Formats: sequence, structure tokens, C-alpha cells
Amino acid sequence: MSKLIENAAGRMVPAEINGAAAVPFQGVGKFRPTGRKACPRIATCNDFSLDGNKVTESLIQALKNAGLRDGMTISTHHHLRNGDRVANAVFAAAAELGVKDLRWFPSASFPVHEPMIQHMENGVIHHIEGSMNGPLGDYCSRGKMRGMAVLRSHGGRYQAVQDGEVHIDIAVIAAPTADEFGNATGDRGPTACGLLGFALADSEYADHVIVVTDNLVPFPCIPWQIQGNNVDQVVVMDSIGDASKIVSGTTRITKSPDRLLIAELTARFCDEAGIITDGFSFQAGAGGTSLAFAIFLRDMMRERNIKARFVRGGSNKYLVDMLEEGLTDYILDGQTFDLDGVRSMRENPGHVNTSPFTSYNWHGKGNFAGMLDVVVLGATEVDVDFNANVVTHSDGRLLHGIGGWQNCLFSKCTILPIPSFRDRIPVLVDRVTTLCGPGELIDVIVTERGIAINPQRRDLLEQLEGSSLPIRPITEIKAEVEEIVGGKPEQPEFGEKVVAAIKWVDGTVIDCVHQTGG
Amino acid sequence: MTGTSRAAEGGKRGPRVRSDCWIRVELRDRGGIEVILESKVAGMYGRSIEDLVRQGCAVMGLEHAAVTIEDQGALPFVLAARLETAVRRAGHVPAAPFLLPTAEHTLYASRPDRMRRSRLYLPGNEPKFYPNAGLHEPDGVILDLEDSVAPAEKDAARCLVRNALRAVNFYGSERMVRINQGERGLEDLDWIIPHNVHVVLIPKVEDPQQVKAVEARIAQVAADAGVEAPVLLMPIIESALGAWKAYEIAAASERVVALTIGLEDYTADIGTGRTLEGTESFWARCQVVNGAKAAGVQPIDTVFSDVNDTEGLRVAVREAKGLGFVGKGCIHPRQIGEVHRAMAPDEAEIAKAVRIVQAFEEAERKGLGVVSLGSKMIDAPVVKRAQTTVAMALELGLLDEEWRDGLKENQR
Repeated sequence: MSKLIENAAGRMVPAEINGAAAVPFQGVGKFRPTGRKACPRIATCNDFSLDGNKVTESLIQALKNAGLRDGMTISTHHHLRNGDRVANAVFAAAAELGVKDLRWFPSASFPVHEPMIQHMENGVIHHIEGSMNGPLGDYCSRGKMRGMAVLRSHGGRYQAVQDGEVHIDIAVIAAPTADEFGNATGDRGPTACGLLGFALADSEYADHVIVVTDNLVPFPCIPWQIQGNNVDQVVVMDSIGDASKIVSGTTRITKSPDRLLIAELTARFCDEAGIITDGFSFQAGAGGTSLAFAIFLRDMMRERNIKARFVRGGSNKYLVDMLEEGLTDYILDGQTFDLDGVRSMRENPGHVNTSPFTSYNWHGKGNFAGMLDVVVLGATEVDVDFNANVVTHSDGRLLHGIGGWQNCLFSKCTILPIPSFRDRIPVLVDRVTTLCGPGELIDVIVTERGIAINPQRRDLLEQLEGSSLPIRPITEIKAEVEEIVGGKPEQPEFGEKVVAAIKWVDGTVIDCVHQTGG
Repeated sequence: MTGTSRAAEGGKRGPRVRSDCWIRVELRDRGGIEVILESKVAGMYGRSIEDLVRQGCAVMGLEHAAVTIEDQGALPFVLAARLETAVRRAGHVPAAPFLLPTAEHTLYASRPDRMRRSRLYLPGNEPKFYPNAGLHEPDGVILDLEDSVAPAEKDAARCLVRNALRAVNFYGSERMVRINQGERGLEDLDWIIPHNVHVVLIPKVEDPQQVKAVEARIAQVAADAGVEAPVLLMPIIESALGAWKAYEIAAASERVVALTIGLEDYTADIGTGRTLEGTESFWARCQVVNGAKAAGVQPIDTVFSDVNDTEGLRVAVREAKGLGFVGKGCIHPRQIGEVHRAMAPDEAEIAKAVRIVQAFEEAERKGLGVVSLGSKMIDAPVVKRAQTTVAMALELGLLDEEWRDGLKENQR
């Protein structure tokens, strides 16, 4: 049993994660890393054919060539989302080779990765460090995984690779189009997904890099989002993914009148807070409410002839329409959520692909996150101190990854539009089950029952004084919710075992998740 | 229900159900109350649900039963209603109905002359729509016991609507209930009238007598329950005969505050189909407007049923306003804002009304018999309409409360 120590947020967190010492969260901006970045092994051109051909006949052979052995760390990426076939193929091959105790280090996991449970049962995978969705989250929550899961933000994943917290032995990059040299792009090909930004760190830092494609083109593959100079081998598969499942399911605008109300209130708040001015910037997530918010925003911008300088993606049809209509100069895109996004990335010079390095990286000399005028994000729970949870249910079970969520909190105004309760489950609580985002970075909560402004944001409170919007103390909205749902919920019972550590953007441990029964 | 059955169920189950529950009650001869609970919120509210069930059984005088619950996050007022429905259906006559305490926030009043621009229909047996309905700020919410409830669920809807009236905060919207037709509708009143209903909608009225029967039953139930606030009435015209007698119906009772029309039944009755242009119902709608106005009550238009057609709704509301209607029915919360915007006087209307009222007040001050604006003489009815517009603009916040001061400054 790992020893628990209290961190600066008052959470008990493990002092050690999978045998390595861990630094507890010290407060926002308090942790100062020192020393030098990790560096990849020195490669030499001697090992590669001068004609640039790096094609290996099969994935299993490529893994053998890479020296796959017990206990290694294998990374994959979620660009193909729930349509991904590559990660499963990698571990099926590893199982066939009889390798054990691997650490899977995906940039995110999806329900399609359920076969990993089998690999954990039979010992091929020791544990996962990445988001925990659906069946994997369930498996992990029940304490069945041998090691402790580690959940990081997109920026935190880059940080962990850069400062050597995670050393990747083999990176396998699914590429919708690639050439024999290993140059690769995600914006074209039968399984086009947009961009490959989440694989950037892996391509630079892993000991061995394998590009897997189902669309091999003659050199040069243009554009090269991944540079072949970082790639060891290229493998051609019949199909790297199911194109129809690459599009995220959460990219439809909500039809729920309550969510539309929340989105409308959010847009009106931005307006009254003076955020919607010429040259502003915003980022909205992929959820239905965020999309609806973007539509309300777009209508306001049209009406007043206001233009954004840039918007941050996840791009989708609606952002692309805004770009093509001239409502924004640029989309700075982290991932494309639908095929319009993919097309636009290919065609529009103003649709620019970014990576966690540009947008979120903690060891960079600054990043884009803090430049956003307003960011709109989801959450599973928010407490009276504006702390938010994004990874667990109120019953403590893992259900989401962190994604870029933590990184985005650094924007000039972070708004969480959320329902105040779901069915009977309160979203506004006394203390979040799992702390993912410190309240000091969360400025506004918009619910269907009112808007709560963080008391630390006196400027916003003053700006909105006398507003016709339903601005209320968060405790008042919470009390109303408790009256509706029939009182405060009973506290869920947790096991002693820590099943997952939640990292803050700087690599410190902000909270952990305990085993749940059943 | 036959009364001989020993087991029965109430509520909803299945993968698509949310914020509701399914409860099966099996009456037993011994063994006390056994609660078998499966709930998505068991970890948070399991104990509270079990306590509620035991409390309910005690109130209803049920000593021995197995109560099986499949819960999808039902709120307490829903759980209580489903339990009572299942108990009654199982043949147990409750010693007393299972009523949870009335929430303070439900105890506000209405008044006969309040604005009724929008009224949102809520199906009587669909609790998931209730808690947030008032947040969309309709002038009224209608808990519907009639067309939106399947015949086999009428008993369940009564229980649920009654509990909703006691528990749900509708945030100041007028609390309306549409009862069933005929004898069943009169029985509905026994269930709902004691729980602060502001307006009862009476379906398919063809004769003033129907209004009087409802009024009499309400008086009786209200007296028994000690209800003091008057319950208001809104008859619905849904047939040729009803349309023909619009005035008599509107004038049938002092309690009638508005008259409205339902076009599905009406067009069926006159043997035609319903069109978007509505030529076929033009006469009936004008009849309702004139009948209502003649009786001094509000004429309210039918619902607009295409939820996705915002532009169509806007046109329909403007047209209704043009005919003399002061309200429109809504079947989706997103329609409410559109209705309010389209019903409101626009800037030019307000400005003109302000000038007329100002001229009128000026003339009064000077003791002039004739009101004139520029070279035009203004008739009394024009003044009256302008006063109504100014009052509405003030109520909607479209005109500053200090508008008279503003005018004086402008004149200087």
C-alpha cells in the first residue's frame, strides 16, 4: 500500500507511483522544475538505407526489430478516436510475441480499446497511463489493474515525456498518409483524421518510432506533420481505422432546451463581461452545450460585425463555417472533430495545426493557453470553492480523461457551463469527489439555475453588477439543487487501494482515485 | 383497478427512461415491508429512497408488502407518486394519500389580469420535464392530464401532477392544469384543486353548462380543502358548436379569465384538414377573439406545433397578435422567448403610444375636451390602446419607469 501525504490542496495523495517517488501538488504556479530536459538516444544514419526506404513487412516484425521486451513502455495516440485499430493491433502482436508487463502510454483511450482488459488479465499489459473511459475506467476503478493508472492532461503528457518522468521505448504512430521515409500526415487518406499533434513528443523522444499507415504515398508525403527523420520503421496495414468512427459522437449541437438555455446564458455572460470585442479569442469544447455556445456567439458576432483574431479547436463544421465566413482570422487546431475540420485543415491556410507543445506545454517558454480571452469547458462536478472534477462520476468511478481541460483553465476567463444536477445527481457539491482543477483558475459556473462568479474575480463581479442575468452565489444555487433532489447525497464508500493518480499540469499529484466496490 | 389483484406496478422502466422509476407492489399477509431497490443513485440516495418507501407505506396504512423499485434518478415527489399509484393499483385503498410536505416556493398567487403570452404544455406523466420548465420563463405552465396522457396512465398522471404541484418550483409561472373531458375531468379536480392551482383549462367546451359544472365542483373541493384563493378558468373551444357559442362560454362564469382554441379537434369537427395558412380556422379564431373580448376576457391562440420552425412561429405569433390574440401555446421551451418577442410591442409602436398618452395627459391637465397630436384629433379608444401598450412596455422593461421625466427633458 502506497503511503499517502497531504498536498497543498488538502488532498491525500500517494507519495510514490508505481515505484517512483511523486511530488505532491504545491499550489498553482508553485512548482519549479530544475535540471535539464530528457533527451532521446543518439541515432545515426548508418543504420538507415540511403534510399530512405524504412518499410517493414509487418507490425509484429517491426516490434521485433524494435527490440520489444518485457516491461517496456509503448505509446499510441487517439487521433482516430473510437475508430482506432492500431493500438489494439500493437498489443495483439505483443501478446503473440509472449511479451509481458508492458506499460501502455496512450494520449487517450476510447471504448474501442476494450481488448486491453484482456491483455491486462493475461499479463501483457501491466498498467495504463492515460485517460480511462468506458470499460477501461470501470476495470481500473474496481482495482483490477496491477499498477496505478496515471491521468495527465495533454500538456502534462508532453511535460512527462520532456522531463523524463515517462520514457517511451516504442512509439507507434497511426498515420492516415505516410511515405517510405516515415513522413506522415493526418489530413488526407481514406482514414484522414486531421492532425497528428499528440504524437509529436513521442516522435521526438521515443527510443524507437514506428509509423503505421494504410495509405503509403511516394516520397515526399506533403505536408509532413510527423518528420520522417524521427522515424525508425514504416508499416503498411490494410486499414488503420474505421473512418466512420473517427468523428467524435459529441459534436452535435444539443437539442435539450435546458442545455440551450445554459449555452445562451454563457454567451450573454461573455457579452456583458465585455469579452466579445473585435480581435478576441475563444475556445469551446466538443460537447453539445459548448457547440451551442459557439452558435450563440457566432450570431452575436455577425449581428455586431465583430471578428475574432483566432479560435482554438477541436475544430468542427461550425468553427470552419466561421473561418470561411471571415468571422475569425485563424483556427489554431489541436484536433479535428469532424470531416469538415479535416477538409478545412487541408484547404484553408488560416486553419493551422498545433500540438500540445505550442498550446499547453509546461516546459516550454510559455504556451498558448493563457492567451485565450475565454474558454468554455465541461465538468462532472464543481464545489463551493469552484474546484472542479472532470475524471470521475460522483460515485467515484473513472469515466473521462483530462484531455486539454486542465491546460485550458489558464485562460483569461474560464467558464464551466454545466447543469446543476443530472437526474438526481447534484453537480454542485460541497467538495468534489476528485480534484482536477483548482478553484482559483475557474472563474464562472453557468447553470440553468443561475450564474456563479468566483468571488476572487472581483473585476467580473463589478462588471456584471446590475446585470439582468441571474447571477447568484454558488452556495445559493447549490442549496436550491439540494432542495430539489431531496438533500445532500450520502458519501460513496471507497476502498483503501489507490487505483489512479491525477497529475496537475506541472507533473505534481493533485489528487488520486480510490477503488470503488461492485 | 379491480381491487382484487394483489400485485401491480406503476411508473416507467427501460433503457431510455430517466428521472423516473418503476415500482411494483405485491401485497402480502405478513412479513412487513420488504424493499428491493435497484437504482443508478443507490450509492447516494439508496437509504433515502428506502426511508421514503417505508414512510409512504405507513401513511397509506400498508403493513405487509414487497416493493420492488427500478430507479433512474427519480426525484422524491416522483418516487412517492409511483409508489402510491402501484399501491392503489394493487387494490390497497390508502388510509391517506402519500403527500410529501408542500414546498413554500409553490405558494404564490396569480391574478385574473396577468399576462398570458405563453403557456408551456407539460405532459402529465413525464416528470423529467417538470423541474426546469419554469426556468424558461413561460407566463404559464400547463400540467396536462388530457391528451398527452395515455388512457391507461390517467391515474398515474393524477398522482404525479398532484405531487408536482406541491413540490416543483415553477418560478413564478402561472400554475395551470388541463383536466380531462366530462366526468373524469370533474374527478381530476378532486386531486388537484387543494394544491394551489391557479387556472384550470377545460377541454372541448361546447356549452356554458360545462364551465358551470367545473366551477361548482371546484367550489365544493375548495370548500372541503379550505382553499381560499379563487381558481381561475380557461375554457378551450375545440368544435364548431363551441366556436358558435364562444361568447356564452366566455361569459359563463366570473372565474373565466381567458378563452382559447384547439385546432386539431376543431378542424376534424368541421371535416377538413389543418393547413399552415389556417384559412379553415380563420372564422373560429376570430369568433374566439370576439367572444372573449365581448365577455371581457383574454383571447389566447392555439399552439404552434413545428418545434424546429422558428421563423414560422414568429410569423404565426405576429398573425395571432394581428387578429387580437394576446397569447400563444408552446409545446417546447425554446418557443417561449420567440413568442414573447413577437408579442411585445416594437419600438415604433411604443414611441407612438408614448406620444399619444403624453398628449392625452397634457390635454387633461389643461382641461381640454379634445386630445390632439399635431394636426390630428385622437379618439378615446386610440388613447386606451396606447395606454395598454405603454403599460405592457413598462411591464416588459421595454420602457423606462421614469419615461415621463425623460419626455419632459426632451421637450426642454
